[in-house]
Amino acid sequence: MKMTLPVEQSKHQRNILPNQRQTTTLSKVNKNMSKLFVYLILILFSLAFVVPFLWLISGSLKDSSELFANPPVWIPEALNWSNYKEAFSAFPFFLYLKNTLIVVVFTCIGAVLSNSLIAYGFSRIEWKYRDGIFIIVLATLMLPFQVIMIPLFLLFKEIGWIGSFYPLIVPHFFGNAFFIFLLRQFFKGIPKELSEAAKMDGASEFTVFWKVILPLSKPILATVVIFQFIEAWRDFLGPLIFLSDNSHYTLSLGVQQIMSQNDPRWGLLMAIGVAMTLPIIIIFFFLQRYFIEGITFTGSKG
Amino acid sequence: MNIQKRNLRNGLLFISPWIFGFLCFTAYPMFSSLYYSLTEYNLIADPKYIGFANYKQLLFEDELFLTVLGNTLYMIFVGLTITTVVTIFIAILLNTKNIKGISFFRVVFFIPTLVPFVVLAILWIWVLQPDSGVVNSILGIVGIDGPGWFSSPTWAKPGFILMSIWMSGNMILIYLAALGDIPKSLYEAASIDGANVIQKVFHITLPGLRPAILFNSITGMIAVFQSFAEAFIITDGGPDNSTLFYSLYLYRNAFQYFDMGYASAQAWILLIIALLMTTAFFKLSKRWGFED
Repeated sequence: MKMTLPVEQSKHQRNILPNQRQTTTLSKVNKNMSKLFVYLILILFSLAFVVPFLWLISGSLKDSSELFANPPVWIPEALNWSNYKEAFSAFPFFLYLKNTLIVVVFTCIGAVLSNSLIAYGFSRIEWKYRDGIFIIVLATLMLPFQVIMIPLFLLFKEIGWIGSFYPLIVPHFFGNAFFIFLLRQFFKGIPKELSEAAKMDGASEFTVFWKVILPLSKPILATVVIFQFIEAWRDFLGPLIFLSDNSHYTLSLGVQQIMSQNDPRWGLLMAIGVAMTLPIIIIFFFLQRYFIEGITFTGSKG
Repeated sequence: MNIQKRNLRNGLLFISPWIFGFLCFTAYPMFSSLYYSLTEYNLIADPKYIGFANYKQLLFEDELFLTVLGNTLYMIFVGLTITTVVTIFIAILLNTKNIKGISFFRVVFFIPTLVPFVVLAILWIWVLQPDSGVVNSILGIVGIDGPGWFSSPTWAKPGFILMSIWMSGNMILIYLAALGDIPKSLYEAASIDGANVIQKVFHITLPGLRPAILFNSITGMIAVFQSFAEAFIITDGGPDNSTLFYSLYLYRNAFQYFDMGYASAQAWILLIIALLMTTAFFKLSKRWGFED
């Protein structure tokens, strides 16, 4: 959006400067050449980003002799779907999927509830110390998880939560610096008059939050849900530390368990890899606007 | 007055989940890890106070720790630098005037960041297979005998760098957004003054990207220190400890050798290094600035 305006201005300027105009045909050829060049490099880079995926998919359809073939086979001779069939029976796929979804769903609920409340307190109410405390929130963004990991483990062990889903879920009900920042940024952009009008009508602070601000914030809440979904779906270290028995494993841990066996079945693993990644990519295609807004939002304002 | 008090109460009420979470899941663990770092604690016997012995051992006696630190700093200084150059380059290309299919390219560059860590591991083990992997077979076409990557002590870290470039879609998007904020008039003025593309990049684009570079460098640095799953699954620190990175070594001390005190000392050294490097990045960024 922003970019169209300056471009138009530049056209305007070109008309004003007469000596610039003579060179247009030459510079047009030049420009087309350099544009072609830009496309070429971009396509090369895109290939580098896409080929690993294609390699994974092709690998998931190979039998073991093709998998280790040298020179490598790009397109398997016979599409070998058995890897997929076996992937669901080789390990308790559906149990692990259920466990993963439990963690994902509850952390998403926690993230939306807690961070919207907190961000509201940091943006829509004027109070003393507010901006000072917010700096602490930002500072926690830079705290590596490893610094607090051990005492957290000991704490959860003390209260008997190790081996359950609680350590993976409960902290998400108490705020996350990144989401607080994202939501605060959004809330600050909503006109003050809206809350004031509601307050004039006798609405409480919480009513304003619930009835005025939240309904206006659906897109950014969607961004929070998506980011949290992906984080929880991808996570490996959390489940590795906090879960102890197989019946609670998430997909990530289950897959790693197969990988650490002697002579793992790679075709099968690649099929599981495709099965674990495809849903996220599909979600991404439908909701990519929210992703990209969320990321550029933090980067440009941070 | 009344309103001020009410606002203070409401404000604190709204952020109360954060206050509770901060105290229980951040502040308390931080300070207790400082305490544990001064003890010997193996989970069975009670923690025993031993002063700075853990720190002394880490910094002066544990040769493996120095290797670990070296590996990690390599990933920051070499890996992050290469990643920054590549991502800025891609962002500049994507920002070319009137280029078509930009949303397609954005998707392509972003998708790798969505891949679960275990899948990432499976994928890259196969992409960088020495004999039948896709990278080496492409190198083979050009006549280059590809290295052993994850099985070679010299090439394992560059393998991880390739992987981290592949996962840097976030950075590309952030640079792209920052490029959009640089006023076009600057470039036009430079064109009229006869500046060429390279000059424009160094005198307009890079200074304009400075806040974004700072942001990406700091978050990238923290990400390197935190990165765990890839090395844990793919190489488990090998070959010859060449990919034994900070978090992996910390994890080993804590959850494989159950030396909680020693691992906590490592966590605090990590915190101090991260703080120092953040400050240094801020200072450098200021010095390289052309304005303000």
